[in-house]
Amino acid sequence: MSVKQALLALLADGDRYGYQLRAAFEEATGGVWPLNIGQVYTTLDRLERDGLVSRSEADDARQVHYGLTDAGHQEAATWWTTPVELGSPSRDDAALKIALAVSMPEVDTARVIQVQRAAVLSRMQDLTRARHASGDRDSAWALVADAMIFRAEAEVRWLDHTAARLANGDIEPGADARAATTFSLADGHVAAESRK
Amino acid sequence: MSAQTVGDGSGADPEIVLSMRDVSKAYGDGDGRVHALRRVSLDVAAGEMVAVMGTSGSGKSTLLSIAGAMVTPDAGEVTVAGVPIEGASARGRARVRRELVGFVFQDFNLIPALTVIENVALPLDLDGASRATARSEARRALAAVGMRERGKDFPDDLSGGQRQRVAIARAMVGQRRLVLADEPTGALDSVTGDRVLSVLRSMADQGSAVVLVTHDARHAAWADRIVHLADGTILEEARAARPEQLLTGEPR
Ligand SMILES: Nc1ncnc2c1ncn2[C@@H]1O[C@H](COP(=O)(O)OP(=O)(O)OP(=O)(O)O)[C@@H](O)[C@H]1O
Ligand SMILES: [Mg+2]
Repeated sequence: MSVKQALLALLADGDRYGYQLRAAFEEATGGVWPLNIGQVYTTLDRLERDGLVSRSEADDARQVHYGLTDAGHQEAATWWTTPVELGSPSRDDAALKIALAVSMPEVDTARVIQVQRAAVLSRMQDLTRARHASGDRDSAWALVADAMIFRAEAEVRWLDHTAARLANGDIEPGADARAATTFSLADGHVAAESRK
Repeated sequence: MSAQTVGDGSGADPEIVLSMRDVSKAYGDGDGRVHALRRVSLDVAAGEMVAVMGTSGSGKSTLLSIAGAMVTPDAGEVTVAGVPIEGASARGRARVRRELVGFVFQDFNLIPALTVIENVALPLDLDGASRATARSEARRALAAVGMRERGKDFPDDLSGGQRQRVAIARAMVGQRRLVLADEPTGALDSVTGDRVLSVLRSMADQGSAVVLVTHDARHAAWADRIVHLADGTILEEARAARPEQLLTGEPR
């Protein structure tokens, strides 16, 4: 989550002081990602240093307002028209664990998958309940919860797919784990390299 | 933190509507013998929704057909609202099906010669409800699945997803004690599917016991419990956490 880009987007909507920015951020994202005020000010300092944000003198209530410079407006506008960085995906702990399990003949991979699956499903149940208890009144939270639910669903599907491949014998547990090909993920590109 | 061991903490046990004990069912014989269910036990209480997942051929539809007294098990005990199924005569089982159970089948089973509203009102007509009552309840059920305007059409005039919604409306009327739904969201887009799930959920919230077969984890997640069938046995269960555990997921 790019706090920097989010603050720029909010400031494009009008000048605000620190606490207002934090409140606007949390309101827009359903309060799912709490933001501490220190983080807001460090980010604003950095944006100011980069020439994207400028600050006003303190007002009567001694609040310092922040607003976008021209460069800041441009940066905020560009954000909406560029995709979110796909970059290197964060390490997927479940994929890592199951890949390790498959490479070790003494580990019951089907069981490892089952345990993971049950945990993801429980999480989905919790999210689904909370999501539908709130109805559509809180649209920011509903949107963010839906995103989490769909991602969790994808994980369950991947687990099911892997379990089925294992059951069919398409994956051989404990088979020589030294792959013939190594893959690397860098800068959003997938690179494959053969190992003779 | 084990979600598996959490009870609902609501004090008195709610009434068990569907009880299946060590139920087995095999089809065919000799080399071709298929064990569709092996000693499966499952209880579903009033007000509870249970989702059944599992790969194709794992026995989900068989489990549902046995719960609905449409197929007799080879072994085991099944009771619906306290009525034992195995000892019952064919007529007794037909009565259980008609009076206690609402079905949504994998293949809809609407009657082509009847209009949509006649299809939905049918279970009530068979119950001997007055025509006016049957009609008004059928209209309400159709509205709940977003099909209020289509009552006068025939099933053949509808799209697959619309037929599915009509089949759900039919299972809703009469507030059956047990509602059995086999892949009810198969032909639906995700938003319509969610609407159907919220209807099933509200049927459970109003006191029915609901069993939902689905491949879709998002839909299973509406249930209080999720059981996973593999090769005719129940593998695992996930259950919803207590309400106070909700929304405490760590921020990213
Ligand atoms: N009437 C029948 N005669 C013979 N075999 C049957 C019959 N009904 C089911 N089976 C077999 O029993 C097993 C379980 O079938 P069932 O229909 O319960 O699976 P399912 O989990 O509902 O699958 P799907 O997800 O594909 O609907 C399968 O191997 C199936 O071929
Ligand atoms: Mg089936």
